[in-house]
Amino acid sequence: MLLLSIDWIFIIEKVVLILVIILSSFGVAAYATWGERKVAAIMQDRIGPARAGIFGLLQPLADGGKLFFKEEIVPDRSTRTLFIMGPALFMVTALMTSAVIPWGPDFSMTIGGTERSISLQVADINIGILYVFGVVSLGVYGIMLGGWSSNNKFSLLSAIRAASQSISYELAMGLSLIAVLMVTQTLSLREIVGQQHGFWSDGYFTWNFFKQPLAFLIFLVCSFAELNRAPFDMPECESELNMGYHQEYSSMKLGLYLFAEYINMFISSAVLSTVFFGGYNFPWMDQVQAAVPGGLFSVICVTVLMIKVVGFILFFMFIRWTLPRFRYDQLLNLGWKGLIPLALINLVVTGAVILFFFNK
Amino acid sequence: MSLHEILFYFLSLMALGCALGVILSRNPVKSVLFLIATFFAISGHYVLMNAQFLAIVNIIVYAGAIMVLFLFVIMLMNLNADAEPQKSRLVQFAAVLSGGALFLVIIAALKTAGIHTEGNKIDGSGEIGLIHNLGQVLFREYVLPFEVSSVLFLSAMIGAMVIGKKEEAKSEA
Repeated sequence: MLLLSIDWIFIIEKVVLILVIILSSFGVAAYATWGERKVAAIMQDRIGPARAGIFGLLQPLADGGKLFFKEEIVPDRSTRTLFIMGPALFMVTALMTSAVIPWGPDFSMTIGGTERSISLQVADINIGILYVFGVVSLGVYGIMLGGWSSNNKFSLLSAIRAASQSISYELAMGLSLIAVLMVTQTLSLREIVGQQHGFWSDGYFTWNFFKQPLAFLIFLVCSFAELNRAPFDMPECESELNMGYHQEYSSMKLGLYLFAEYINMFISSAVLSTVFFGGYNFPWMDQVQAAVPGGLFSVICVTVLMIKVVGFILFFMFIRWTLPRFRYDQLLNLGWKGLIPLALINLVVTGAVILFFFNK
Repeated sequence: MSLHEILFYFLSLMALGCALGVILSRNPVKSVLFLIATFFAISGHYVLMNAQFLAIVNIIVYAGAIMVLFLFVIMLMNLNADAEPQKSRLVQFAAVLSGGALFLVIIAALKTAGIHTEGNKIDGSGEIGLIHNLGQVLFREYVLPFEVSSVLFLSAMIGAMVIGKKEEAKSEA
């Protein structure tokens, strides 16, 4: 099927994959809101949502329905187009990052008589991890536009906090990742995952976490700041800023802001597991691959990745309900005077070790 | 028309349209947004030329960092459409003159550029924009200019800090 010299089956395959990934991001994010409330409840010795369905499992649907039917208010003196664009942009950037994450190994399938190898990654670009950075650095626009166009001092202050916080922590995040890239020698997420095959080879762990533990720690702290999550949730600090950059928003526009944060959490957990915890790799995967058919093996790999992702999401939640909020100057000090020098030292040490011990 | 050409014309139209939007829109915040869209179109052109690294760096540095700072300044100064100062006739006249001169220079440059059609094929494979080749060229052949430009950035950064400090000391005194 060739029209305009485009491989249409390829496009259909990618569209299906994109739909599945986006819908499952929505699903995971919806149940992350439920999980957050359950985790909070358990940690504070409460019951949590229990009315809608068994264990309150229908709670996300009830919340979504409530947000949809609320009255929608656009403030009188706001900049209308930008006010509407803000949450849309935030949601779009949240969903875009998932394009470069390899969700599982390739599997082959017969479509229309020809056997095709189907990749469980939307786009394998050779600068994959930089693409993630590009999209993350755009995420701040949704917050800034929303905060500014609301024409409210608290919203503006909160938007500016969010922007300066994410710019500061992007630096440390990038520097910590450079050390990892020195080890992997590639920017493509597919190759990074490929190098972490299995769990143990040549007398050492294959996962990047064991090669670059300090880089992982810095990256993790920075992702808390990028996600605007406690203990770095300064932009939503209700005791100082009423509610934050989405104060003037109501109905589903507010819903999009809140929901996109959970999608961001899901995607950054996926990035963390892909870069540092081997992505879809797991111990003894070669033996499993030999024992089961190809399709089932892919399903197992995707499940393994999802288990890691859920683990990270739970970790994000435990931290939120354990640690108190930082002060804003403490946050910037930690970023600029703590994490950036630490990442630089890690960079130099990694470079020296590679040069002296692994220089072939 | 191949897919490549369709994409090229689409991106060119988008770049030109958004660039016009930057100077024509009354609201400075919208100008910044149009400029970001222009950067995206230019990044798209880079991808068409198989320079993925340049494309994404263009987005990270310009759209992700520099434009955020622009937006910062505009939001804090709260520039509005009605706050825009009326420019004098003389300034408009000078703008037309310098714009025309720039136009001439660009035409002259384009005329000579037509000869070097193999601009993106320095290594003969058309993959000069991929990060591996770019690193090889940057850190082998052009390592001195590269380091000199980093010194330039460092001096600019220190300069900004010095200017900032001075004002603080004055207000204390």
